[in-house]
Amino acid sequence: MKPSLAFRAGLLSLLLLVCLLGLWHLATLGGTQAAAPAAMTAEQIEYAKLMGKPIDATPVAAKSGFPTLAQMGRTVVHHLSEPFYDRGPNDKGIGLQLAYSLGRVGLGYLLAALVAIPLGFVIGMSPLIYRALDPFIQVLKPISPLAWMPLALYTIKDSAASGIFVIFICSLWPMLINTAFGVAGVRREWLNVARTLEVSPLRRAFEVILPAAAPTILTGMRISMGIAWLVIVAAEMLVGGTGIGYFVWNEWNNLSLPNVIFAILVIGLVGMALDLLFARAQKAITYVD
Amino acid sequence: MSTELVQVQGLAKRYGDATVFDNVNFTLTEGEFVCIIGHSGCGKTTILNVLAGLEQASEGHVFMAKREVNAPGLERGVVFQGHALMPWLTVRQNIAFAVRSKWPGWKRAEVDKQVEKYVALVGLTPALDKKPSQLSGGMKQRVGIARAFAIEPRMLLLDEPFGALDALTRGTIQDELLKICAATRQTVFMITHDVDEAILLADRILLMANGPQARVAEIVVNTMPRDRERATLHHDPQYYRIRNHLVDFLVERSATLSHGRAPEQPPEVRPGLTQTAEILPLDTHPAIHRSTA
Repeated sequence: MKPSLAFRAGLLSLLLLVCLLGLWHLATLGGTQAAAPAAMTAEQIEYAKLMGKPIDATPVAAKSGFPTLAQMGRTVVHHLSEPFYDRGPNDKGIGLQLAYSLGRVGLGYLLAALVAIPLGFVIGMSPLIYRALDPFIQVLKPISPLAWMPLALYTIKDSAASGIFVIFICSLWPMLINTAFGVAGVRREWLNVARTLEVSPLRRAFEVILPAAAPTILTGMRISMGIAWLVIVAAEMLVGGTGIGYFVWNEWNNLSLPNVIFAILVIGLVGMALDLLFARAQKAITYVD
Repeated sequence: MSTELVQVQGLAKRYGDATVFDNVNFTLTEGEFVCIIGHSGCGKTTILNVLAGLEQASEGHVFMAKREVNAPGLERGVVFQGHALMPWLTVRQNIAFAVRSKWPGWKRAEVDKQVEKYVALVGLTPALDKKPSQLSGGMKQRVGIARAFAIEPRMLLLDEPFGALDALTRGTIQDELLKICAATRQTVFMITHDVDEAILLADRILLMANGPQARVAEIVVNTMPRDRERATLHHDPQYYRIRNHLVDFLVERSATLSHGRAPEQPPEVRPGLTQTAEILPLDTHPAIHRSTA
């Protein structure tokens, strides 16, 4: 019997991962070999003395260059062994930084949902409001959320709140548009059933339109979450202070590529987890017609 | 003597200059089953939607129990052409949705009892907690019928409910509908394209001429005994007389009576029993004289 598709796909993924790691290993092997035996020039010795560093220390290139797999592994273990430490503003555990980012995304996203879903409902139900608001939405939608940052900083006068505002504005549009689209597309026959049964407007909204439009609304929420997680990194690089985006920027300033690579991996994994969460929710509320 | 439940007076529907139908007049009596037959595009569904209150006519009035119909209401149950079940709800929840609309104050147990009663009536008790997507087309339509019956409306409106079903399934559901209607003495108004279905189910059959300017041209009284059955229907010689009359109408006369040439007040005919109305040539038809006078 042939092994299942999932098993074979998993095997292939594993093989690809091994290949990538192998390539990484080979590529960094040459770099460290070349860097290590290179004797320091007179100028380098002079510079090292000037900086108060020992002359026989490992060359800078090997330390701050692209890490080998072993160095990367040590970095990962180091971060994961103590994810929540806090030693001042520039030295916090990766877990703590993630918590800051997730908190911002959560808050901005929730605010956006509170605005977008009711407003989307109204837009979807009323062709008049849909037409009236459409030009605004079309103009505001393509604006990069980061372009709002200066305006937010000026008006809100608080960098933390500005970060949340940026998340709010970027997660607003997909939710708003999908909610309106889902609500407007509710089958006429279901609405007619509600009409012949003299269902009250409130009950019609919650028991007919909402469940009928829920899959479309959730698709919008999933897109929004994806965008919010993309934007938070950039926003935190700008705002600074805390968060995974700030961590990346900080480690770039430290020229610590292992930490940057580790942060990149973490961002990817968290993004994937968030998306999976929404995929689950979507599966739960999608109906087969 | 049974009483008139519904009066349809001078109903018309126009889109701009185009008149789909006009001067549609008929009445429905309490407890009778009326089918309407006509070619596509003559406005049958529009008439049904006006009766349901879902659409407004351009002219004319519909009265039900002496009240004018101008909005949908719980005293009229509708079975839609494409079952119109909500796919995110189970069979039980779909029907409970209707039951709770009619009796908002009912407790859960009362709602459940009503739902189970009508689901049992259409023979779907084993599928009570299934989603519509798990049911066949025939079963879905049965749920639609159960939902309409469960609110115990004074009149039931069926828009070609069996159109999408295969012949075998259609037969079984027709039998069920016949049984339920006989038991409940439900007033029913139903659209169909199927002549045999009309003869099996209806007490009276409204024949509609073709559009534009379609009208109810004639009302055929079903003279067969009310306890007729699908299996033995075709043994009765009367069956063929009625059937031939209906088919002749659909094939020939429905076209010659288009453009408002049909009478405004449709005559009642009893094919095979009184050979008067249908053999008169058109220009001497009493109804036409009445309308031009």
